[in-house]
Parts: sequence; structure tokens; C-alpha cells
Amino acid sequence: MKQYLKNRNFRSGLLITGIMIVIILIGLLWTPYDPNAMDGSAKMQGPSFAHLFGTDNFGRDIFSRVVQGAGATFLIAAATVAIGLAVGLLIGGLTGYYGGWLDEVLMRVTDSILAFPSILLALVLIAILGKGKYNIIIALGLLFIPSFARIVRTEVAKQKNTDYVRNAKLMGAGGMRILFIHIMPNIVPVLLSSVAIGFNNAVLSEASMSYLGMGVQPPDPSLGRLLSEAQGYLFSAPWYALFTGLAIILLILGFGLLSEGMGGE
Amino acid sequence: MSYVLKKTGVLLISLVLISLLTFLAFQVIPGDPTTKILGTDYTPERAEALREQLGLKGNIFVRYFQWLRGLLHGEPGISYSYFMPVKDVMAGKMQVTAILSILSWLLVMLFSIPLGIILARFQGSHLERTGIVVNQVFMAVPPFFLGILFTYLFGLLLRWFTPGSYVSYADDPAKALAYMLFPALAISIPKAAKTAKLLRSSILSEMNKDYVRTAYSRGNSRWAVLRDHVLRNAMLPVITYLAMSLADTVAGSIIVEQVFALPGLGRLLLSSIGNRDFPVAQCIVVIIAFIVVFMNYLADIVTQYIDPRVRLS
Repeated sequence: MKQYLKNRNFRSGLLITGIMIVIILIGLLWTPYDPNAMDGSAKMQGPSFAHLFGTDNFGRDIFSRVVQGAGATFLIAAATVAIGLAVGLLIGGLTGYYGGWLDEVLMRVTDSILAFPSILLALVLIAILGKGKYNIIIALGLLFIPSFARIVRTEVAKQKNTDYVRNAKLMGAGGMRILFIHIMPNIVPVLLSSVAIGFNNAVLSEASMSYLGMGVQPPDPSLGRLLSEAQGYLFSAPWYALFTGLAIILLILGFGLLSEGMGGE
Repeated sequence: MSYVLKKTGVLLISLVLISLLTFLAFQVIPGDPTTKILGTDYTPERAEALREQLGLKGNIFVRYFQWLRGLLHGEPGISYSYFMPVKDVMAGKMQVTAILSILSWLLVMLFSIPLGIILARFQGSHLERTGIVVNQVFMAVPPFFLGILFTYLFGLLLRWFTPGSYVSYADDPAKALAYMLFPALAISIPKAAKTAKLLRSSILSEMNKDYVRTAYSRGNSRWAVLRDHVLRNAMLPVITYLAMSLADTVAGSIIVEQVFALPGLGRLLLSSIGNRDFPVAQCIVVIIAFIVVFMNYLADIVTQYIDPRVRLS
């Protein structure tokens, strides 16, 4: 942690992500207005002290809606990364440690999946699964497995021939024990960086899919869905799209900087 | 030559696998299209005849080969929504996506190469530091949001173009390209920021090598060393990346077409998924996937041509 803090990218990433997460956490419990409460006397108002980000066509407070949407997007991203990481750890760990033909096959498959733009694969999965917030989590979670599996596999394969692993073997530890108790803790630093980049990609993918109407459906909130709604009022209420987009950018930027600060790409 | 042959073999196998997987993916979706097409005219006999006509009968592998043969002959099935050949539904859409992707790709090169070189040339200066921060922010901007910003700024405020007024390229090439410039910018700016960053770090890592020191010791200026020695080595990874990023600009246009109401493959793909018009969706997915694989194949070939070390390793 200390060595990370020396890195400028990591510090700025931590600051941006930290602020966003604090706002999101507060937003889960309290927002200045009810995000869905309509106010006929305050339609399409520009930013003011009463409404920080202005109001929309129904007089709903945009700040509250953006906070709620950011929370939803963040939770979807977290669930997506959790699926990708859990399955990726299992597949990558086993293939990296045991090797063999299964390792070859899985890595070839992983490579081919990673060659495709994720948006195309996500659209195919959504065509099969149907739209909705749980299906977008499943679809994106599945898509994130290959990249996590690949990273875990490389790292585990690197650790396999180190002295501490040989020692553990000599002491009679089983393969599973060595893999999960001895090796896994040592690859955490690399994993942290890929988790950050995972969040970065998940936020972008969720926002894109929901913007296209293929992800989260009304009335469920999400930043992508808010943005597609806001586009309809671009002329009369430009602040709506602007602040929603800003929230997306800050989330992506924060996680991107964090990942880079931890030595990721 | 054997390298090219091997890569071509892999390409052909990939194409077959992709078509098979895409076909199978759309077969697992439950539902009977005949009820939707026939609507209130539904009778079991008519449904049976329709299934025959749509090629929905028989063994799944027989149907796959029928579909593949149709695809290769330019007859990839019948749309469920419009009840006309998929080919006719797609007419003209491919052109829009192709022009948009290629234009975006050219813009990526136009922006990223000079930017990457300038950032590396002025390493350590204020210009570089500011440039890197701005670059980092642009990397985080989603193309569709950039598109919305451009619509507002150039479309609604400055009135340089009218959002939603795309004229077909066949009718008026100049107008079509002028309209496409804005979506192409939206796709290319974040991508160019990533490419510039890659080029900059590629140049900087080359700068530490022995041959650079030798070049300096002969009295060459920083520009001369960069231009005559470093750049041709530093460009290698960037060229591979650029060749592969044409596939990304195609993917980018799926989203950005929606922002600018461009009648391309992306919009058609979205509406066909929304309408459960799977023959159309399946065809578009296969076409885009083929393009992606083919571009990666070209990237491999180009890389080995300019850098024989790849072929020999």
C-alpha cells in the first residue's frame, strides 16, 4: 500500500474513486430528494442551490437520480467483477497449476474470446438471455471470466516453480492446499490491479448496454439508462446529460488510474 | 511463406468455428417464430408450411450447412420481422458502418501518431505533463457520451449539422461524409488517446537502448534520433495495435450509430435483437465477427512482414 501511495496515478485514482464511493454509499441511505418524486412546479430547471444538477422533465432532482444511478451501476459492476473473478480464479488457478492439454485448450479459447469486441458478445448473450438488470450482470460476468482466468493462470504458472512452493510440496501439502493457501495470497497484488481495470470495463460496458436499451430496463436506475433518457432533452435540459456523463467518466477514470498506479496496463 | 500459410489455415478454421458457434447460439433461444409471423392467421398447417420455407425443419447440422451455404451465396435467410430476405433488409446498411469505421480508424491514426511523438519528444516538460492528464481523461470518456456532447455542441448550439438528418452516401457523398465526421470523431478520440499513450511508452522504452546512446554520441539532436532511429522500432507494437483497432472501431460504431441515428448495421442489430428478428441479428453478428478475425489475421501478416523476428520466434 505504501509503495502504491508514492505513485501519482494511484493517489489521484484513489481520491476520485474514494469520493465517488462515499457519495454512492451515502446515496444508498439518503439522497437530497426522492429520485422518483415528481414536482410539477420545478420542471426542467437549471442547476441551482435547491437542485444541484437541476431538474428533469418531470421536475425530478437530477442529482438524486445520478447518485442513485451511479449506485446501481457500481453494484452491477461489482457483481460482474465478482463473477468474473471467482470463476477466473478457479479456472486460471487449476489450469495454471496443473497445466496439460486442458490448459492449452482453455487458453486458446480464452484468446479467441478476448479477440472479439466485448460489446458484440454482450449483445449476443443478451439476445439469448433477454434484457434486464440480472441478465446484464450474468452476461458481463461471463464475458469477464476469460481475462481474469488468463491473468491468474500466468501468475500461478510463474509461482509454481518457486522455492516456497517446492518446500510446501516436500512437507506433504496437497495440490489444492498449495494452490489456494500458498500461491493465491502471493498473486493478490497483480489481481488488485486487474480488479480495478475490471471495474473500469464493467462500468463502461453497463453504461453502453443500458444506453442502447439492452441492459437495465425502466424503472430500474442506471447511469447508462439515465443518459439515454437525458439525450431526449438535450436541447431543453443539457445539464441532465452532462452531469450523468460526468459521473460515468469519473467512475471510469478513477478505476483506470487505480489500475495503472498498481502497475496494470 | 509457411507463416502466412499457417495463419491462413488458422483463419479458415476460425471462420468455420465462428459461424457454427453463432448459429448454435441463436438456436438455443426458445420461442417459435411462426406464431409471431402468422399472428392471427395462425393455423397448424400454415405454420408447418412456413417452417419449411424458413428452413426450420430437419437436423440442426443440416440446417447449419444450409444456412452457411446461403450465407456464402449472399442469401442468409429470411427476416422474421419484415418477412423478406435478410439481404434486402441489410441493403445499404453495411456501407454506412463500413464508411464510419474506416473514417474513425483513419482519424485514430491522424491524431494518435503525432500526439504520441510529441508527448515523447517533450518528456519531462509542462507540456508533456498537461498532455498526459488530458489524454488520460479522454481515455475515460465513453464514445457514446462524446457523441451526445458533439450533438449538443456542434448540432444544437453551433448548428454545424442537423442531428438525425443523415443523407445516404449514394445520394450525396459530400453531405454524408460531413455528417459522419462527428460520429467518427466520437469513436476515434478515446481510441486515439489510448494509441498515443501506447506509442509514447513504446518510444520511451526504446530511448533507453544502446543504439540510441550511440546515435546521440554521434552528435544527433533529439528530433533526429527520434525520427531516424527510434521511431521505426517504436512503431512496431503500435502498427499491430492499429491494425487490430479497426475491429474496435466497427464495434464502436454499433453504439455511436445509435447516438447519431445513423442507419447502419449497428442500429439494425439492436432493433433486430429487440424485435427477436434472429436471422438478421445472426447474420450481422457473423459478418462483424468475420471482419474482426480477418483484421487480426491481416495484423499478424503485416507485423511479420515489417518485423521478421515475429516469424522466426
